[in-house]
Amino acid sequence: MKRQLPCLAAPRRPRCDAGIIHSLLVALAAGACASEPPPADSERPARTSELSTDAPGLPGHAPERFGFGADASPERVALWDIDIKPDGEGLPPGSGSVADGRRVYEVSCLQCHGPTGTEGPNDRLVSADEWEQWPPGRAVGMYWPYATTLFDYTRRSMPQTTPGTLSDDDVYAVVAYVLHLNGLVPADAVLDAATLAAIEMPARERFVPDNRTGGPVVR
Amino acid sequence: MPTADRNGLSRRAWLAAATGAAATGLAMTRLDALKAAPLQDPPGQLPDPTKVPGRFVSEVGRRATGEQPRRLVRTLALSSSSRTPIHELQGTITPSDLHFEWHHAGVPEIVAEEHELLVHGMVDRPMVFRMADLRRYPQVSRICFIECSGNGGGAYSRSRMPTTITAQQLDGLLSTSEWTGVMLSTILREVGVKPGASWILAEGRDAAVMARSVPLDKAMDDAMLAYGQNGEAIRPEQGYPVRLLLPGWEGNAMVKWLRRIEVGDRPTMTRDETSRYTDPLKDGTARQFSFVMDAKSVITFPSYPYVLPERGWWEIEGLAWTGRGRITRVEVSTDGGRSWTDAALQQPVLPKSTVRFRHLWNWNGRETVILSRATDETGYVQPTVQQLWDARGERTSYHHNHQRAWRVAADGAVTFGLGDLL
Repeated sequence: MKRQLPCLAAPRRPRCDAGIIHSLLVALAAGACASEPPPADSERPARTSELSTDAPGLPGHAPERFGFGADASPERVALWDIDIKPDGEGLPPGSGSVADGRRVYEVSCLQCHGPTGTEGPNDRLVSADEWEQWPPGRAVGMYWPYATTLFDYTRRSMPQTTPGTLSDDDVYAVVAYVLHLNGLVPADAVLDAATLAAIEMPARERFVPDNRTGGPVVR
Repeated sequence: MPTADRNGLSRRAWLAAATGAAATGLAMTRLDALKAAPLQDPPGQLPDPTKVPGRFVSEVGRRATGEQPRRLVRTLALSSSSRTPIHELQGTITPSDLHFEWHHAGVPEIVAEEHELLVHGMVDRPMVFRMADLRRYPQVSRICFIECSGNGGGAYSRSRMPTTITAQQLDGLLSTSEWTGVMLSTILREVGVKPGASWILAEGRDAAVMARSVPLDKAMDDAMLAYGQNGEAIRPEQGYPVRLLLPGWEGNAMVKWLRRIEVGDRPTMTRDETSRYTDPLKDGTARQFSFVMDAKSVITFPSYPYVLPERGWWEIEGLAWTGRGRITRVEVSTDGGRSWTDAALQQPVLPKSTVRFRHLWNWNGRETVILSRATDETGYVQPTVQQLWDARGERTSYHHNHQRAWRVAADGAVTFGLGDLL
């Protein structure tokens, strides 16, 4: 049975009926059965003894593609592709002002971060002017190397009890407000994809790659 | 009257249990002997098991009544953690229900049959995998540790060096499991990574949508998509139905409840690789992408709050591990670091896994400080805290892999002893 229908054999996963049907449909649709049938048992190398070097965990006779899984349409990708890169790639359309951001902050952020971003109880967002100390805590203006991270994190994880509920305009606005509280943008600033990506954060140049390498030197 | 009640057990009871076991020659381990006392006090509380039939078989087993190790739970709003009771466990495998946790927005409820993993970006074929798809790919298993890079931070500050801290409190953000899943390289081969790609972004399906960037080299080397843990489906607290596993690297990067992998040519600079999980150094820089967990060891017995009831033969034991391969040596000092002796390493010593070390010690009953230090296959020796302070300063927040010490007082009471050496 298994040898005759290699693509239909799913020996380890009998309980996920819906998933198996899904994968079968996908496999059939993708023409995955065109790959060579596995060799007879006597020819089959043990997985641990004949691993191909470019693909750890795969035996040498593994097909180039298995065909398990479905192609993802651009629309499907866009649904989850939410991350913002440090150069601004991924920032959505829209904009928000410091003034609007203050209103968003007072409704959605103040409870955890305090009236001025310094009181807590959760993370301090705004630093006092303590540059002579290092590290200066984790306040946005002191320790965050990219303004894009603030947009990315706010949109993906905040507000903590109702994450993902702010509109893109609201996120732009509250990011503008927090940056303003940190003295990084003026009170009349309006942020959008271009202006947010252009902001240079004070801590940017302080971040360096890991230089630990093992060996006798303690770094 | 019992004296010095520690950990809920009276010292008199421990003494009685330890000497009783020795006298009768029963094959009890030392820890068994120390902990068995409550069940025998008062004696005869339970019926003689040779005179009554035992209970029937059961669909799911349970721990012995007297053996109920617990995680140590700390809740800070929705960012919460629990620590593995490493001072109460044996061997190296962490029972799955005692694996440490650190969540950024709680444990999501996920139905495996509905879960999907999207892989896209700089690939030839963006694809969505359901769990049945992932399980059908060639499978691998390996044993490795997961450790939070903040582990050990409770004993790094010179001004706040603790004495009454347990091994669980200090180093319980460490667990070891046999993980089963598919090599990430297998999945990346399936989608076809485009030339020029150098990083992936891994993203979870929790309420924080936790995301970390990982170099493609690691993804293609030994990274796994793990859906099995210690012989069963991975636990919800560890990322059910599938998590990223990066052997030897800091736990935070091993994104749980994995729903998306984006292949790209640069890191995303997420919150957890910029404002968190970076290491401010004394020279005014901050070390970023400090993924590898360097060699570390900790003595788990004797440790606070154990009390040695008498002088004589005791076996010092603990755990050692490194993210850079294999532990090659663990040394133990029983004289405050003046002299060192090689401890025995329990075989097999697996790469990027924990190893249990043991050293038989004839305690003379005098106050002393005991320490351990591990060496890994790169020649790296677990540093002293002073070496880390010299290299990094005293205000760095992660990767506290310095030597730990325990003070054994003349009355047998054990406390954290690093402060005694400074």
